[in-house]
Amino acid sequence: MSADVELDHVTIRFGDFVAVKSATLKIENGEFFSFLGPSGCGKTTILRTISGFLDPSEGTVRIGGQDMRGVGPNKRPTALIFQNLALFPLMTVEQNIVYGLRVRGASREVQRERADQLLSLIALSGQGRKKVAELSGGQKQRVAIARALAVEPQVLLLDEPLSALDLKLRQHMRNELRAIQKRVGITFIYITHDQGEALTMSDRIAVMNEGVIEQVGDGKAIYDDPATAFVASFVGENNPFHGHVVATDGEFAVIETVMGRLRGLNRRGARTGDAAVIFVRPESFRVGSGQADATIESAVLNVAFEGNLSHVFLKGPTKKEIVLTVGRSDGSLPGQGDTTRIGFDPRAARILPQGKLASD
Amino acid sequence: MIKYLLFFLPFIVVAAFIVMAARDRQRNRDAATIGFFRRNGPVLSTYFMVAVGFWTILIIVLPQLYMVEYSFRHNLTAAEVGGPKDVYTLANYHFLLFGRPSDNTAMNWLHIAVFFRTIIVSALVTIFDFCFCYPLAYFMAQVAKGGGARLLILCLIVPFWVNELLRAFAFKILFATSGLIDTLLMSTGLISDPIDFLKHDIGLYAGLSYAYMLSMIFPLYNAIESLDRNQIEAARDLGAPWWHIHLFVVMPFAKPGIASGCTLVFMLCAGALAAPQILGGPSSLWFTQLVYGWFFAAFDWPRGSAYAFALLLSCIIFVLAMLRLFKVSLTEIAR
Amino acid sequence: MSSPTLLRFTIGGYMLLFFLYLFGPLLIMSITAFNTPDYPQAAPWEGFTLHWFGVLFADENMMRGLGNSVAIGIGVVCLSVPIGLAGAIVMTQIYSRARGLYYVVVISPVLTPGIILGISTIVFWDRFASTIGAGYNSVFYNGFVLTVIGQASFISAYSMLIILARLQRFDKAQEEAALDLGASFTQVFRHVLIPFLRPALFSAAVLAFLSSFENYNTTTFTILAKTTLTTVLSGRIRVGMTPALSSLAVCIIVITLAGAVVYEILKRREDARAAERARTARMAEQQGMLAVGEPVSQAV
Repeated sequence: MSADVELDHVTIRFGDFVAVKSATLKIENGEFFSFLGPSGCGKTTILRTISGFLDPSEGTVRIGGQDMRGVGPNKRPTALIFQNLALFPLMTVEQNIVYGLRVRGASREVQRERADQLLSLIALSGQGRKKVAELSGGQKQRVAIARALAVEPQVLLLDEPLSALDLKLRQHMRNELRAIQKRVGITFIYITHDQGEALTMSDRIAVMNEGVIEQVGDGKAIYDDPATAFVASFVGENNPFHGHVVATDGEFAVIETVMGRLRGLNRRGARTGDAAVIFVRPESFRVGSGQADATIESAVLNVAFEGNLSHVFLKGPTKKEIVLTVGRSDGSLPGQGDTTRIGFDPRAARILPQGKLASD
Repeated sequence: MIKYLLFFLPFIVVAAFIVMAARDRQRNRDAATIGFFRRNGPVLSTYFMVAVGFWTILIIVLPQLYMVEYSFRHNLTAAEVGGPKDVYTLANYHFLLFGRPSDNTAMNWLHIAVFFRTIIVSALVTIFDFCFCYPLAYFMAQVAKGGGARLLILCLIVPFWVNELLRAFAFKILFATSGLIDTLLMSTGLISDPIDFLKHDIGLYAGLSYAYMLSMIFPLYNAIESLDRNQIEAARDLGAPWWHIHLFVVMPFAKPGIASGCTLVFMLCAGALAAPQILGGPSSLWFTQLVYGWFFAAFDWPRGSAYAFALLLSCIIFVLAMLRLFKVSLTEIAR
Repeated sequence: MSSPTLLRFTIGGYMLLFFLYLFGPLLIMSITAFNTPDYPQAAPWEGFTLHWFGVLFADENMMRGLGNSVAIGIGVVCLSVPIGLAGAIVMTQIYSRARGLYYVVVISPVLTPGIILGISTIVFWDRFASTIGAGYNSVFYNGFVLTVIGQASFISAYSMLIILARLQRFDKAQEEAALDLGASFTQVFRHVLIPFLRPALFSAAVLAFLSSFENYNTTTFTILAKTTLTTVLSGRIRVGMTPALSSLAVCIIVITLAGAVVYEILKRREDARAAERARTARMAEQQGMLAVGEPVSQAV
């Protein structure tokens, strides 16, 4: 059984500090939904509020259509996987997994059966007798998931579960989690600061910054059509140029920056005179001339090669240097000292109203 | 009347705090503060409140309040309670200072002398313990390596597993006229007749100093241990002589430990009962023995309470004076 | 003699003096337990005997006192450890403005002279009893009950401090995980918190028993008509000293040393077990890294 989760103008305050400002969204039944944002943006707070460990200062949380006000964490149809896993160190693997059943008074046979089922789901069959201290990081991870699934929750909440694992294991576990979700079919709510994770695993993503939900949408929407400067700068690599709008032209706009006039798609209604930022992704740059208002030209101070991306350091009009992140393309990289032209397709650029960037 | 008011006083204080807390919670609308009852569930909350309430109110606070209240009452039989004689009085404290009107002296010199003797000897024992234990504490903390320090700590603890009464007993054996010390002294010809150490209270002083050494060493050790060895090295490099280093580098740093140790030893010594009873000479008394006498020889509990309260007050005054002298606050001493 | 050597000599001399002072009296006392004369005597040595141990165990008053001390000790453990546990938990949850006062109140018995604790206990319950009209045979004048209560005042504080130290290292996330899985508060307490606190509860119980057993100042006032080992002992020492008392000391020393040895052995065994577990985890970690490619959820 699965349920949808609805946040209705949820505001959460700690004394004077507002951790979450009027969050409103609906997570569909059976979705894999992620909250993506930097540390301190409020995503953990939202998760703990859905779990029942915090009460919203304003607004309502509904799970499966029911208002969860006053319902404690032990009565909600949710299960939470903690960032540090919080396995019970004095119990064995099997005892950990069936704990939820034990407190509900399930018989020994039912507990044993379910434990066997879940142990084979996470490929730890026969290892039920081990103590938690004898497991590797990845194994502990899987036990935490099994423990949460054992109580058959309607919503599974995951608090940055992969952050403690190393890179290879993390990528492996991403696929595993997605596969488990598809198999079990319940709503997964996942929080992370790693956008690669969010993009590969989720049906939809909510990007958050400083307590505000900036955008909700699927991976493509977030990547190709960011709603705010923050989303554009946080998700994927992006090159920002600040300036103000000098002309609008249908779906395009032109903005005056330190590198000259640049044109891009204006999907979010910036008007002439507004302070704005134009974003160009590395994969959209081509070394060589482009259109007149879609080319950046300057002397190259340095080039740093980073595999599929390279950073080209250009001389700017002020003392500060301009850094372009450029993707691998057929053209060769410019050399140090050369004056180079790097162009892009205006359709690939996005103009967004001025706002806080991820790097700020 | 006051007797009944006194009973409810702590409950009123607790209720006041609960009301304050509830009001604070409402005002803040903080997501994180959940009420005590909601946080622990009904069963556990009741257990916690009953246990802590019984402990703080019925075992700690009320007995103290009642002891003080009792000290201002006459020693009445059961029949007289509630009758005309049942009034408040300063008679018990008056007795401590002035004795019976039938005595020849103006003031109760006997008891006053006992009181001051107790305080002064306790102070001297404290000073002696400090001087005697400081070098060892310093050695353990700064000079001995890890394993050596642990071994020393173990060696220190072992004697104190033996009951304080038996330790006093050991001293009694040592200092008796037929005891080892007198035997040794006589056999070497230093003295011809045995010296009655016990009669002259030497045994008592030695026993008291011995009894509380541990309470002096450990606070000192803890305080000195946290001193960065480099500071001492630096002072030595600058040419400071060893006594200078101790007086001006180590001891100021270890002030909380020194204050803590001295406070403990003084209070334990002034309130000691076992050692004075066992080692005290026949003509000398410790103040605690006077208190005991009022309770179980004279059956005058109010007077005993008054004497006890006087002792408690003096200890508190001494401790506060120590804190002021060393310029240390109470929180720094708490171990 | 050069200065460093002089210094070392002085230090050596000081240490010798110190440990002589520390151990000397006890050593002498232990020797007297085995020496024949009626009066405890270390020198001259008149002959080895175990006679005094027999006298000790035949002493009815002493044995009765011992039994009472054990009973009171058990009573104190049963009262102070639960109180200490509640006290520690309340300390972590109490309204912040009340915390300072709460701390002072619960620590005060530790600093208060033992006789004052004893006196205040008997005075309070005497007044309480007379107000409600209970007679001298009632529980309020029972030496056992009063002693347990009087000792519990400061022994609960010891328990609380020990438990609090351990409690502060508790990972709150475990409590939340248990709640999240559907446990009630009492279940969380029983299944997660108590097992975690068990070592501290055990230490507190042992300390409570030992502190109660050897307590004299407070007990002397609260025991009223009854006796404990310490009150009998103090009477015996003042009147009727025999080497039987020294043999008691020897027994106590031997038992405590034995207890320390057993404790050390158990501790070493537990450490070995923990090291073994850590090794298993490291091996699992390495194996995991080699086999990362295989998909896990193929299994069902």
